[in-house]
Amino acid sequence: MKHTEREMQSLKEEVRQMWKLVISQLEKAKQSFMAGNAELALEIASREKRVDAFELKIDSDCENYIALYSPVAVDLRLALSLIKISSTLERIGDFAAGIARHVIDGDCHKVDEKLMEDLQIEKMFDTLIGMLSDGFVALESENTKISGKILAKDEEVDAIYHSAIDVLTNYIVENGKLKVENDNNNFQLSTFNFQLEERVRCGLKLLLVIRKLERIGDHCSNIVEEIVFYVDAKVLKHRKDE
Amino acid sequence: MIQAKNINFYYGSFHALKNISMKMEANTVTAFIGPSGCGKSTFLRLFNRMNDLIDGTRLTGECRVQGDNIYGKQVQVDELRKRVGMVFQKPNPFPKSIFENVAYGLRVNGMGDRKFIAQRVEESLQAAALWDEVKDKLKKSAFELSGGQQQRLCIARALAVSPSVLLMDEPASALDPISTSKIEELIHHLKKNYTIVIVTHNMQQAARVSDKSGFFMLGELVEFSDTKKMFLNPDKKETQNYITGRFG
Repeated sequence: MKHTEREMQSLKEEVRQMWKLVISQLEKAKQSFMAGNAELALEIASREKRVDAFELKIDSDCENYIALYSPVAVDLRLALSLIKISSTLERIGDFAAGIARHVIDGDCHKVDEKLMEDLQIEKMFDTLIGMLSDGFVALESENTKISGKILAKDEEVDAIYHSAIDVLTNYIVENGKLKVENDNNNFQLSTFNFQLEERVRCGLKLLLVIRKLERIGDHCSNIVEEIVFYVDAKVLKHRKDE
Repeated sequence: MIQAKNINFYYGSFHALKNISMKMEANTVTAFIGPSGCGKSTFLRLFNRMNDLIDGTRLTGECRVQGDNIYGKQVQVDELRKRVGMVFQKPNPFPKSIFENVAYGLRVNGMGDRKFIAQRVEESLQAAALWDEVKDKLKKSAFELSGGQQQRLCIARALAVSPSVLLMDEPASALDPISTSKIEELIHHLKKNYTIVIVTHNMQQAARVSDKSGFFMLGELVEFSDTKKMFLNPDKKETQNYITGRFG
């Protein structure tokens, strides 16, 4: 293997390591969120620094690679893609840590079993972990045939996100109706108002978590676009309609 | 415009160029790249018939410059070389003054008008981005100039006889980075008025200066395309292997 190829392999290996770490962060975010496990959430938050460090290292190594080896064609596309992929992975890591912080805060966890089921958060997590793992395989095998499947999964995530907004809206409206029915009993009303405020607040906090998951889906799509650019030299960005 | 059609070229029994066809548009820069011995310089030299000077060579196919078959029987090689100038790898100024180097082509072509010659020398030196550096020492020997200046002087000498095409065979390979950068900048300016074909071993140089690039290997034109495309996404595996350093 030539020196320049070794440099490239080393860059790829760094991205592989970062990728595995981010998949693990997302898996743990799922476990900690679904079980309300604050200890695991703390672990995610502490490992976030490692994700950031990977991004800085990959940026710096890609800069050096471009400056010292003047890559062209597929090698240049690889270096450009790896810079963007590592930056995107770092964003995904941020979102996983954000979800962990929600668990660490401790309130609003499992507000309502039925609500949690209707929101399909677990399915969202599973879909995203699948997208991220498939993306890893696509880069590893330099095979973009799977890219369409991954991009389709992002649409599934978007659909869950939009349905979650409806679910949460109904949840809040239903509680508002109860308030009117109880309007003639001051004691019950103050207790109920407290519960209502709490549930609306938790509903909004849940929406923030779901929004983070939806953004992770977008980032997974961006990663796939970068892999397609690297392997096939095609630009998919901003061409969703085509 | 320059056109080559089904070019085959032989050094004795060695088949150096194999069925090459390409078109180079006016006012563009075309770069030829490829490993040593691939035929790119041989191909370049066809366009001002420099290969005629080598014994035992044979050519089939058609070479046209601005529509004229330059290997036609009626073609006068001296006239052709006025239209198609050439700059070589090593600066080769004549042992004369700076002024006389540039005026040389005009004088051997019978021009005696001193005023015209002086004007043309200045224009050529300006076009070669050398005028400001030499205007106060035109009578000094060309050998007093630096390597980079000598190469620009050779370009000025080629421009003095008003060619339409400029062939450059590794024009910056013997120069330092600053002189190289000046030559590259000059190529950018010159393409407004000239059609330029350059052979270079420096792929980054090809990427920087040319509009189109041709990749040669073992006497064949493997790929000829827009330079941006060739250096981002070449069509042929061989091209990719060569420009990324995986060749061989």
